[in-house]
Amino acid sequence: MTTADYDQASLPDLLPLYYRRLFPFSQYHRWLNYGGVTKNYFQNREFSFTLKDDIYVRYQSFSTQNELEKEMQKMNPYKIDIGAVYSHRPNQHNTVKSGSFQALEKELVFDIDMTDYDDVRSCCSGADICPKCWTLMTIAIRILDRALRDDFGFRHCLWVYSGRRGVHCWVCDEAARKLSVAARSAVAEYLSLVKGGDETVRKVVLSDPIHPFITESLTVVENYFSQYALLGQDILGSKEAVDKVLALLPEDILFLCATFHMIFGVHSVASLLAKHALMKTAFFNQMTAKKGHYFEMEIMLQYCYPRLDVNVSKGVNHLLKSPFSVHPKTGRISVPIDLRELDRFDPFEVPTISLICEELDQPKTEEEQDDNMENENKKEAGERRKMRDYKRTSLAKYVKLFDNFLEEMAHSRKGEVLKNSGECNLNP
Amino acid sequence: MDYLGLIINIFVSVAKTGNDRHAFTSSSRAEIRTLCGNWRESRQIDRSKASSLGKLSEARYRTMQFYSRRKKLIGNSQTEQLYGHCLQFYGQPPIENISLSEFETFAVDRLKLLKTVENLGVSYVKTSELYTKKLDAEFSNLNFPYKIEASTKDDWKPQTGPSEYEKRRKDHISHFILRLAYCQTEDLRRWFIQQEIDLFRYRFNDLPSKNIGQFLQYNNLHYHTISIDEKKKLMDKLVTSSFAVSGSTVDGKDFYKVPFQDALDLVRTRKVYLNGGYVYIPHQDIVTIVLNDFRTRLSKALALTARSLPAVQSDERLQPLLNHLSHAYVGQDYSIQKSIGKISLEQIDPLSAKSYPLCMRQLHRGLRDSHHLRHGGRMQYGLFLKGIGLTLDQALQFWRSEFVKGKVDADKFDKAYAYSIRHMFGKEGKRTDYTPYSCMKVILSNPPSQGDQHGCPFRHSDPELLKQKLQSYKVSPSGISQILELVKGMHYQLACQKYFELTHSIEDSGFSLNHPNQYFMESQKLLGGPGAGVKVEVKREDNPATKPPNPSPHQTPGPGNLPQEVAAEITEDLDSFFQDA
Repeated sequence: MTTADYDQASLPDLLPLYYRRLFPFSQYHRWLNYGGVTKNYFQNREFSFTLKDDIYVRYQSFSTQNELEKEMQKMNPYKIDIGAVYSHRPNQHNTVKSGSFQALEKELVFDIDMTDYDDVRSCCSGADICPKCWTLMTIAIRILDRALRDDFGFRHCLWVYSGRRGVHCWVCDEAARKLSVAARSAVAEYLSLVKGGDETVRKVVLSDPIHPFITESLTVVENYFSQYALLGQDILGSKEAVDKVLALLPEDILFLCATFHMIFGVHSVASLLAKHALMKTAFFNQMTAKKGHYFEMEIMLQYCYPRLDVNVSKGVNHLLKSPFSVHPKTGRISVPIDLRELDRFDPFEVPTISLICEELDQPKTEEEQDDNMENENKKEAGERRKMRDYKRTSLAKYVKLFDNFLEEMAHSRKGEVLKNSGECNLNP
Repeated sequence: MDYLGLIINIFVSVAKTGNDRHAFTSSSRAEIRTLCGNWRESRQIDRSKASSLGKLSEARYRTMQFYSRRKKLIGNSQTEQLYGHCLQFYGQPPIENISLSEFETFAVDRLKLLKTVENLGVSYVKTSELYTKKLDAEFSNLNFPYKIEASTKDDWKPQTGPSEYEKRRKDHISHFILRLAYCQTEDLRRWFIQQEIDLFRYRFNDLPSKNIGQFLQYNNLHYHTISIDEKKKLMDKLVTSSFAVSGSTVDGKDFYKVPFQDALDLVRTRKVYLNGGYVYIPHQDIVTIVLNDFRTRLSKALALTARSLPAVQSDERLQPLLNHLSHAYVGQDYSIQKSIGKISLEQIDPLSAKSYPLCMRQLHRGLRDSHHLRHGGRMQYGLFLKGIGLTLDQALQFWRSEFVKGKVDADKFDKAYAYSIRHMFGKEGKRTDYTPYSCMKVILSNPPSQGDQHGCPFRHSDPELLKQKLQSYKVSPSGISQILELVKGMHYQLACQKYFELTHSIEDSGFSLNHPNQYFMESQKLLGGPGAGVKVEVKREDNPATKPPNPSPHQTPGPGNLPQEVAAEITEDLDSFFQDA
């Protein structure tokens, strides 16, 4: 059993252990310091903590990694949020002349929340998730990651499991961090296809020409559609479900659907696939005859396309849950997601704080004994112990992922420096 | 030259009114004001000075002479360069001297123009022919440069009406004056930038293509074109991403490779091919890029202006005019309400059926039904309630009693939601007293998504659902189809006005709707309810269905030093400029 019975009441006991022996402070600092290229980048970063009894404190900032560690170990926050890099140290913002204290930079972030899909998922609602609807997150990550990389040219995107019902993306490229509010909002809107609230029935509207971005996204959706929507979500499996789909169609197509629904009935894999096939052929013919003929694509997109909260991405000063923060309700750690193994990611396998604290108590294996011998001479005792500690737990592979991510960024930075210095040499 | 320079110049210019030492002393401010013609002063005019009128007219004559002489001196050479193109980015502030009366006229004319731009922008699609025609008319009425004239030396010769040079000069100066008036708050800045951008777009689109090239060069905008090979490679993508682009367009025209940050509008609407962080733009779409550049520059400039503002505000001649200019735009912002505390919580349900605009009725219904509203809805409705006169305590009670019926217990409400309500009333954080959203704001910003109830139903609801809702509110079928027609034509505020007329059983609402709280107040006025605000001197007619043709304007929420009647007079003057046709 991988979750080791998490109970929210035990957080006050688990958190101190987590922050003293498991939280990857050195990687965390390495990330937010960004190679120390810009002066005071780490020092001017805002953190916010949610403490016991829902006490919320903003504008926390730290001068060094050590200070961050000490403070977190003292406060044992239930939740940690990361904000923007400001013009001055956030913990001194009251001393700054009003108007001069400004949010300057922050990673471009995205928050995909399963509740936003409640109108199109039949298995769960609200804060619940299950393996069936998790596919929506997989689709979201594939589509957005491709767009961020190929279309926008961003190279350092960190995808993180939020701990309960969604995923976050942190785009850490320098260009991304420097984006203005308008730019962030434009990026978020470029990536938005599903629009409208409760009052809107047809939330995806396509028209000529179909932008390459939409074509690419559709390719991803089509890969997953049969398995996810027709089988898993059973969107044609009951009268109500079918009615929901039909509501998205133009009226003159509806008579067709009524017909095949009567013929094929409900509840068999064969009939489902047959329906899908029929949908494709009958509609194809109609499609060529009518303008506004993208309803098949619109339906697939409405059921599967990522729904992001533009407001989260827009604000430079918006606070978002930190990677490696604990989710108080589920106990799960917000861990990075490995995109190479995306289809195998299981949110229910993500380690909880109780699990990893338990794993700390287990005896060392032989492998680790050898490792220890090697590292004896290199580092201080304290750090040694800490490095060993998380490696003994299920957290290890996630910290390694994070390490790889940071390595890539460092590599990029070096590349930039070389390029710039090369240019300097050529232009005396 | 910076703003301080401009202001100092204005100071200096008026001081030098001939040899008249009266011109600048504090006791003679009244005289200057009379000198400047039809602009009534906000301070009480010292009536005793009236006796010196004889002296004044002489001084006035000399002043006029002085200015007309100076005008001729600021002749052709220097400013010809400045006004070499009929369109400009307004990079350099004007460095000449002008009279206070010209200052005022220019400012008011440009404001009229921008208001027209705003109104047309809501009623028509911004690039349609009707829009262009109407804006053309307004341009020529107000003597602004709009068609690129044959700019030869002949232009400088006086013609009937102002010359092209004078029009461009007016354009230049009036823009900078309005910057002073509109730099002070975020809302004002946003409005000003939006209208100036729409104005710029309209004028840029009017430029023939060779002049576009000229303009780009003139303003140092270097965007790189892509090679023929690259065009071939990207041919498919380019064709499918832009509406007006076909295979032959790609071959024939230039395509520019521009970093996406410089083309946000095109990116936002997916009107262009984006790859590796660059957008590929056909030559004819360069306008959006230019617009973005303009927006950024203007935004920065306004922020800078706001910082230099204290120097301007200390001049008592300018400050009242600038205040009037910005209030004229806002009209009523409903942040100071006269009916505060006159509405009781029990009245809200019936009021919501009788006097709420559709958006608020929807929000109220949503709140009652699900005992909850999301953030966007809480803001829109909460501020509206503040605008109709709820006190902070009433608001807290109202929201708490509703939320507690749902999933939120009183404790959690106090922790999580009470804070944001106090915030709305300006009692937390940076203590901004937030103003209730105008129709423009509701329609244009923060569209609702899944689970949201806010927004404008005429804009954001499916027509089918809107129809059902109107049917359930017992609107007649013919009324509903009229409303749906207006919605189809994107006249959302007119549709809401129609809804007002149908639900109040009157022919003509008699006002031009631009704010939900205005809807409420007008409704309450008609029905004689507590939320009507200031008791206005209206001749009580037997038939409540007819209204006086020009309703008295409401009390302007201005700075405390405006005597009430004078303020009303002035606003009436300025307001009458802005009555919608």
